[in-house]
Amino acid sequence: MDLKVNDYTTDDGLTVINVEGEIDVYTAPKLREKLIDLVNKGKFHLLVDMEKVEFLDSTGLGVLVGGLKRVRAHDGSLELVCTQERILKIFRITGLTKVFGIHDSIAEAQEKRKGAK
Amino acid sequence: MATVELSFSALPVHVRTARLIVTAVARRSGVAEALLDEVRLAVGEACSRAVEAHRRHCPDEPVRLELNGAGSRFEVVVSDTVPGDDAAGGLPPAAASDETDFLLDDGAAELGLAVIAGLADDVEIESTPKGVQIRMSWPAQAAAPA
Repeated sequence: MDLKVNDYTTDDGLTVINVEGEIDVYTAPKLREKLIDLVNKGKFHLLVDMEKVEFLDSTGLGVLVGGLKRVRAHDGSLELVCTQERILKIFRITGLTKVFGIHDSIAEAQEKRKGAK
Repeated sequence: MATVELSFSALPVHVRTARLIVTAVARRSGVAEALLDEVRLAVGEACSRAVEAHRRHCPDEPVRLELNGAGSRFEVVVSDTVPGDDAAGGLPPAAASDETDFLLDDGAAELGLAVIAGLADDVEIESTPKGVQIRMSWPAQAAAPA
Protein backbone atom coordinates (compact mmCIF):
# COMPACT_ATOMS: atom_id res chain seq x y z
CA MET A 1 0.00 0.00 0.00
CA ASP A 2 1.24 3.43 -0.88
CA LEU A 3 1.64 6.25 1.58
CA LYS A 4 -0.67 9.25 1.41
CA VAL A 5 0.53 12.49 2.96
CA ASN A 6 -1.62 15.63 3.06
CA ASP A 7 -1.38 18.78 5.10
CA TYR A 8 -3.31 21.89 6.07
CA THR A 9 -2.57 24.79 8.36
CA THR A 10 -5.03 25.89 11.03
CA ASP A 11 -5.89 29.51 11.92
CA ASP A 12 -3.56 29.38 14.89
CA GLY A 13 -0.57 28.45 12.73
CA LEU A 14 -0.43 24.72 13.41
CA THR A 15 0.28 22.60 10.34
CA VAL A 16 -1.49 19.23 10.51
CA ILE A 17 -0.01 16.44 8.40
CA ASN A 18 -2.36 13.55 7.76
CA VAL A 19 -0.49 10.34 7.04
CA GLU A 20 -2.25 7.26 5.73
CA GLY A 21 -0.79 3.85 4.92
CA GLU A 22 2.50 2.13 5.71
CA ILE A 23 5.62 4.08 6.66
CA ASP A 24 8.65 1.92 5.98
CA VAL A 25 12.01 1.97 4.24
CA TYR A 26 10.28 2.31 0.86
CA THR A 27 7.68 4.98 1.65
CA ALA A 28 9.41 7.01 4.39
CA PRO A 29 11.24 9.29 1.88
CA LYS A 30 7.83 10.70 0.87
CA LEU A 31 7.14 11.78 4.44
CA ARG A 32 10.69 13.11 4.79
CA GLU A 33 10.24 15.25 1.68
CA LYS A 34 6.95 16.61 3.00
CA LEU A 35 8.50 17.60 6.34
CA ILE A 36 11.48 19.24 4.64
CA ASP A 37 9.18 21.06 2.23
CA LEU A 38 7.01 22.40 5.06
CA VAL A 39 10.03 23.64 7.04
CA ASN A 40 11.40 25.28 3.88
CA LYS A 41 8.05 27.07 3.56
CA GLY A 42 8.38 28.41 7.09
CA LYS A 43 6.00 25.97 8.77
CA PHE A 44 7.70 25.22 12.07
CA HIS A 45 4.81 23.97 14.20
CA LEU A 46 3.85 20.55 12.91
CA LEU A 47 1.36 17.96 14.11
CA VAL A 48 1.56 14.56 12.44
CA ASP A 49 -1.74 12.69 12.57
CA MET A 50 -0.84 8.98 12.70
CA GLU A 51 -4.35 7.62 13.22
CA LYS A 52 -4.51 6.11 9.73
CA VAL A 53 -0.97 4.74 9.75
CA GLU A 54 -1.12 0.96 9.38
CA PHE A 55 2.56 0.23 9.83
CA LEU A 56 5.55 2.16 11.14
CA ASP A 57 9.15 1.01 11.32
CA SER A 58 12.42 2.56 12.45
CA THR A 59 12.90 4.31 9.11
CA GLY A 60 9.67 6.17 9.78
CA LEU A 61 10.80 6.93 13.32
CA GLY A 62 14.05 8.29 11.91
CA VAL A 63 12.14 10.59 9.57
CA LEU A 64 10.04 11.93 12.46
CA VAL A 65 13.18 12.48 14.56
CA GLY A 66 14.78 14.24 11.59
CA GLY A 67 11.71 16.46 11.26
CA LEU A 68 11.84 17.28 14.95
CA LYS A 69 15.48 18.32 14.66
CA ARG A 70 14.64 20.59 11.74
CA VAL A 71 11.75 22.41 13.43
CA ARG A 72 13.65 22.72 16.70
CA ALA A 73 16.36 24.57 14.82
CA HIS A 74 13.66 27.21 14.23
CA ASP A 75 12.22 27.05 17.76
CA GLY A 76 9.36 25.02 16.36
CA SER A 77 7.62 21.83 17.43
CA LEU A 78 6.70 18.48 15.96
CA GLU A 79 4.08 16.52 17.85
CA LEU A 80 1.97 13.48 17.05
CA VAL A 81 -1.61 12.32 17.24
CA CYS A 82 -1.75 8.58 17.87
CA THR A 83 -4.00 6.27 19.86
CA GLN A 84 -3.11 3.00 18.10
CA GLU A 85 -1.46 0.69 20.58
CA ARG A 86 0.67 -1.14 18.01
CA ILE A 87 2.16 2.14 16.80
CA LEU A 88 2.59 3.57 20.31
CA LYS A 89 4.44 0.42 21.31
CA ILE A 90 7.22 1.22 18.82
CA PHE A 91 7.64 4.68 20.35
CA ARG A 92 7.82 3.13 23.82
CA ILE A 93 10.37 0.46 22.83
CA THR A 94 12.70 3.08 21.39
CA GLY A 95 12.23 5.58 24.20
CA LEU A 96 10.75 8.13 21.82
CA THR A 97 7.68 8.75 23.96
CA LYS A 98 10.03 11.00 25.94
CA VAL A 99 10.98 12.93 22.83
CA PHE A 100 7.63 13.51 21.12
CA GLY A 101 4.46 15.04 22.49
CA ILE A 102 1.80 12.42 21.70
CA HIS A 103 -1.87 13.40 21.76
CA ASP A 104 -5.17 11.52 21.53
CA SER A 105 -6.66 13.90 18.97
CA ILE A 106 -5.94 16.98 16.89
CA ALA A 107 -8.35 18.94 19.12
CA GLU A 108 -6.44 17.91 22.24
CA ALA A 109 -3.13 18.98 20.68
CA GLN A 110 -4.64 22.35 19.77
CA GLU A 111 -6.02 22.84 23.28
CA LYS A 112 -2.65 22.10 24.87
CA ARG A 113 -0.99 24.45 22.41
CA LYS A 114 -3.38 27.23 23.37
CA GLY A 115 -2.77 26.53 27.05
CA ALA A 116 0.99 26.71 26.58
CA LYS A 117 0.88 30.07 24.81
CA MET B 1 15.66 -27.31 4.90
CA ALA B 2 13.75 -24.26 6.06
CA THR B 3 9.97 -24.22 5.66
CA VAL B 4 10.29 -21.26 3.32
CA GLU B 5 13.40 -19.70 1.82
CA LEU B 6 13.33 -16.38 0.10
CA SER B 7 15.92 -14.22 -1.54
CA PHE B 8 15.12 -10.80 -2.90
CA SER B 9 16.91 -7.94 -4.63
CA ALA B 10 18.21 -5.36 -2.18
CA LEU B 11 15.49 -2.83 -2.92
CA PRO B 12 13.31 -1.11 -0.29
CA VAL B 13 10.14 -1.93 -2.22
CA HIS B 14 10.65 -5.66 -1.60
CA VAL B 15 10.79 -5.34 2.18
CA ARG B 16 7.03 -5.06 2.31
CA THR B 17 6.72 -8.27 0.27
CA ALA B 18 9.04 -9.99 2.73
CA ARG B 19 6.88 -8.78 5.64
CA LEU B 20 3.74 -10.15 4.00
CA ILE B 21 5.32 -13.56 3.39
CA VAL B 22 6.74 -13.77 6.91
CA THR B 23 3.38 -12.92 8.44
CA ALA B 24 1.63 -15.56 6.36
CA VAL B 25 4.15 -18.29 7.22
CA ALA B 26 4.17 -17.30 10.92
CA ARG B 27 0.39 -17.58 11.06
CA ARG B 28 0.56 -20.91 9.28
CA SER B 29 3.22 -22.11 11.74
CA GLY B 30 0.95 -21.48 14.71
CA VAL B 31 2.33 -18.18 16.01
CA ALA B 32 -0.39 -16.52 18.11
CA GLU B 33 -2.32 -13.75 16.37
CA ALA B 34 -1.29 -11.31 19.09
CA LEU B 35 2.38 -11.84 18.19
CA LEU B 36 2.05 -11.48 14.42
CA ASP B 37 2.47 -7.71 14.49
CA GLU B 38 5.73 -8.12 16.40
CA VAL B 39 7.01 -10.76 13.97
CA ARG B 40 6.11 -8.57 11.00
CA LEU B 41 7.81 -5.50 12.42
CA ALA B 42 10.95 -7.22 13.72
CA VAL B 43 11.56 -9.11 10.48
CA GLY B 44 10.83 -5.97 8.47
CA GLU B 45 13.46 -4.13 10.51
CA ALA B 46 16.03 -6.86 9.92
CA CYS B 47 15.27 -6.86 6.18
CA SER B 48 15.46 -3.04 5.99
CA ARG B 49 18.81 -3.13 7.71
CA ALA B 50 20.12 -5.78 5.31
CA VAL B 51 18.79 -3.91 2.26
CA GLU B 52 20.47 -0.69 3.37
CA ALA B 53 23.75 -2.54 3.98
CA HIS B 54 23.61 -4.18 0.54
CA ARG B 55 22.77 -0.90 -1.19
CA ARG B 56 25.90 0.62 0.29
CA HIS B 57 28.26 -2.28 -0.30
CA CYS B 58 26.89 -4.82 -2.80
CA PRO B 59 23.65 -3.67 -4.46
CA ASP B 60 23.57 -6.62 -6.87
CA GLU B 61 23.59 -9.27 -4.15
CA PRO B 62 20.21 -10.50 -2.89
CA VAL B 63 19.13 -10.50 0.76
CA ARG B 64 18.28 -13.96 2.09
CA LEU B 65 15.50 -14.97 4.42
CA GLU B 66 14.88 -18.38 5.97
CA LEU B 67 11.68 -19.17 7.80
CA ASN B 68 11.36 -22.30 9.84
CA GLY B 69 8.08 -23.14 11.48
CA ALA B 70 8.31 -26.88 11.84
CA GLY B 71 9.17 -27.03 15.55
CA SER B 72 7.79 -25.48 18.70
CA ARG B 73 9.27 -22.14 17.72
CA PHE B 74 8.93 -20.08 14.59
CA GLU B 75 12.42 -19.06 13.58
CA VAL B 76 13.48 -16.42 11.07
CA VAL B 77 17.02 -15.83 9.83
CA VAL B 78 17.80 -12.73 7.80
CA SER B 79 21.23 -12.85 6.15
CA ASP B 80 23.21 -10.23 4.33
CA THR B 81 26.56 -10.61 2.60
CA VAL B 82 28.16 -7.46 3.97
CA PRO B 83 31.07 -8.35 6.26
CA GLY B 84 30.07 -7.60 9.82
CA ASP B 85 31.21 -4.57 11.70
CA ASP B 86 30.92 -3.49 15.28
CA ALA B 87 27.67 -1.65 14.70
CA ALA B 88 25.88 -4.86 13.85
CA GLY B 89 27.57 -6.96 16.46
CA GLY B 90 25.37 -6.15 19.39
CA LEU B 91 21.90 -5.03 20.28
CA PRO B 92 21.36 -1.74 22.04
CA PRO B 93 19.20 -2.00 25.13
CA ALA B 94 15.57 -1.30 24.29
CA ALA B 95 14.74 2.01 25.91
CA ALA B 96 16.79 0.96 28.90
CA SER B 97 18.28 4.37 29.30
CA ASP B 98 16.56 7.60 30.23
CA GLU B 99 18.97 9.30 27.90
CA THR B 100 17.24 9.76 24.58
CA ASP B 101 19.21 12.72 23.31
CA PHE B 102 21.36 10.37 21.25
CA LEU B 103 18.33 9.84 19.03
CA LEU B 104 18.44 13.49 18.14
CA ASP B 105 22.05 13.26 17.12
CA ASP B 106 23.14 10.51 14.80
CA GLY B 107 21.73 7.63 16.77
CA ALA B 108 18.65 7.17 14.63
CA ALA B 109 20.40 4.36 12.75
CA GLU B 110 20.38 2.34 15.96
CA LEU B 111 16.61 2.47 16.13
CA GLY B 112 16.12 -0.59 13.93
CA LEU B 113 18.17 -2.84 16.17
CA ALA B 114 16.47 -1.38 19.23
CA VAL B 115 13.09 -2.26 17.73
CA ILE B 116 14.23 -5.83 16.96
CA ALA B 117 15.58 -6.22 20.49
CA GLY B 118 12.32 -4.98 21.92
CA LEU B 119 10.06 -7.16 19.81
CA ALA B 120 11.66 -10.51 19.10
CA ASP B 121 11.20 -13.14 21.75
CA ASP B 122 14.74 -14.34 21.22
CA VAL B 123 17.42 -12.64 19.09
CA GLU B 124 20.94 -13.56 18.07
CA ILE B 125 23.16 -11.51 15.83
CA GLU B 126 26.09 -13.24 14.23
CA SER B 127 28.60 -11.02 12.54
CA THR B 128 31.12 -12.88 10.39
CA PRO B 129 33.49 -12.01 7.52
CA LYS B 130 30.82 -13.43 5.17
CA GLY B 131 28.05 -11.23 6.43
CA VAL B 132 25.59 -10.58 9.23
CA GLN B 133 22.88 -13.00 10.27
CA ILE B 134 20.01 -11.92 12.48
CA ARG B 135 18.22 -14.91 13.96
CA MET B 136 14.89 -14.30 15.70
CA SER B 137 12.30 -16.66 17.06
CA TRP B 138 8.88 -16.71 18.66
CA PRO B 139 6.84 -19.46 20.29
CA ALA B 140 4.55 -21.40 17.97
CA GLN B 141 1.81 -23.87 18.67
CA ALA B 142 1.46 -27.02 16.62
CA ALA B 143 1.18 -26.18 12.96
CA ALA B 144 -2.33 -25.96 11.61
CA PRO B 145 -3.49 -29.12 9.84
CA ALA B 146 -3.02 -29.16 6.10
